[in-house]
Amino acid sequence: MASADTAVVSPPRAGLRAPLGGAALTRGAAVLWISLIVLLPLAAVLSRGFSDGIGHFWSSITDGEAMAAIKLTLISSLIVVSVNAIMGTLIAWVLVRDDFRGKRLVNSVIDLPFALPTIVASLVLLALYGPNSPVGIHLAYTKGAVIAALLFVTLPFVVRSVQPVLLEVDREMEEAAASLGAPNHRIFRSIILPNLVPAMVAGCGLAFARAIGEFGSLVLLTGNVPFKTEAASVYIYGQVQTGDYSGAAAVSVFLLAVSVGLLLALNLFAGWRTRHERA
Amino acid sequence: MSAPSLGVRLGLRSIVLLYLAALIIVPVGLIFYRTFEHGLSQPIDAVTSADGQNAFWTTIICVGIAVPLNTVFGVMTALVLVRQDFRGKSLLNALIDIPFAISPVVIGLALFLVYAPRNSWFGSWLMDQGVQVIFSVPGMVLATIFVSLPFVVREVMPVLREIGTDQEEAAETLGASPWQTFWKVTLPAIRWGVTYGVVLATARALGEFGAVSVVAGSNLSMPLFVRKEFEGFDLSGAYAAAIVLAILAMAVLLSMSYLQKRSQRVAEEEGDEDRELPGPGVFVPHLETGGAGAPPHT
Repeated sequence: MASADTAVVSPPRAGLRAPLGGAALTRGAAVLWISLIVLLPLAAVLSRGFSDGIGHFWSSITDGEAMAAIKLTLISSLIVVSVNAIMGTLIAWVLVRDDFRGKRLVNSVIDLPFALPTIVASLVLLALYGPNSPVGIHLAYTKGAVIAALLFVTLPFVVRSVQPVLLEVDREMEEAAASLGAPNHRIFRSIILPNLVPAMVAGCGLAFARAIGEFGSLVLLTGNVPFKTEAASVYIYGQVQTGDYSGAAAVSVFLLAVSVGLLLALNLFAGWRTRHERA
Repeated sequence: MSAPSLGVRLGLRSIVLLYLAALIIVPVGLIFYRTFEHGLSQPIDAVTSADGQNAFWTTIICVGIAVPLNTVFGVMTALVLVRQDFRGKSLLNALIDIPFAISPVVIGLALFLVYAPRNSWFGSWLMDQGVQVIFSVPGMVLATIFVSLPFVVREVMPVLREIGTDQEEAAETLGASPWQTFWKVTLPAIRWGVTYGVVLATARALGEFGAVSVVAGSNLSMPLFVRKEFEGFDLSGAYAAAIVLAILAMAVLLSMSYLQKRSQRVAEEEGDEDRELPGPGVFVPHLETGGAGAPPHT
């Protein structure tokens, strides 16, 4: 691709490429915009989280209720991500390799959790699994409700990461293995799965980052009982309502550190893999 | 598994369909049924109530300010990140993903700590100027801008990398001003990326709940109206408002897949076969691999 060559060979010449009257001006505007909207509020949370010293930060996140909320969030997210790794891959496989009527409709249903507002997700799950459940399953106000809500909102990540990889996978190796008499589960384990693992890892990472911060879908569904069904984000909301901003900021900094650390690790993993493959 | 037996295929297919039915299809279908089971008048009354109309217009204001601003600054930021080199570029690039990475409640809290009337960085000064941000509509607008910020940038960046700079350079050589080059060369080339970004940002902005709920005070947007109706034991009102939001979400999905098909057709007509095909779904989980300085994928 010609564009790749130009990008690598000649560094962009300042002034030439900028459409809005000078590179410095557009750069300044972009930096100012992101700083004002993202960086400034972020800095406020960080500084408030540590405003009373690191000791206070630590005691805020190890406080009984906060700790219970963090634990619930981390454990539920781990469970949800594990289910997603299996079900997401399975869904992707069925969508790529299987053929049946209505497949395109099923494919578009996968995107619904991304598009549907989270509060609607909460209400929707409550209608089926709440106190008036028509099927007699009462998940509402239990830990199961946390799991169900997180499964709903994180559904697309693994499916949409794995699907394009499966579409591109070379079928010849599978056919060769099959013609040599390898059983299906063996073909899946030693030929298909290794190709999918990087996409599964990426999808799971994004799903985990989403799960630990999730708020809207939990609000109506879980009852938000402290020490029982109160997730970390709901705890933060409660602390803001009662005016404990430092406590809220401390738990926020913790969540922030986990998800930013995770995304950073995923980026490094992806970068390492790209270099590894090219070499 | 080039040819798994029919039994295996049917088994896996049933597991997948049952899972999706239990998690998404039946619950979503059920609230449509519950909303309309007693006729149309109740849900219509609920969403056209004073609170309902208020919430609707507040949402329109938030979306109407957030999406255009994020579009203009998003295209600009994408251009800066792809076409310029400067110190701190990877930091700027990483900051774009922050709204995806952090909890909506944390975003709300963050705005609170900067702009709240008391105990904040600028809140009391702004109050002296007669501007109230938190517990008022400006705070809701800021929260909406924050959560919908990454979409245009992230949709436009890969397109900019792909189109390269040949045509822009040609235009400049022929004497076009930077403005002319942008309007006549760059913008037409990235139009689909911008469109996707705008659609996705609009969907996110319409439905945002967590960040807005922290800073809204007693103001209502559509998602906040859903919660208020639910907590006031007015289930039919909550369902009706949720249905409005769900229909908007489905409209977004439909328009996205329509746009993707159209852009694909246009690309084929223009004979541009190298063009990257859109993924199998509407929403592609974005992960900027390799940092901002990475060369385009070859």
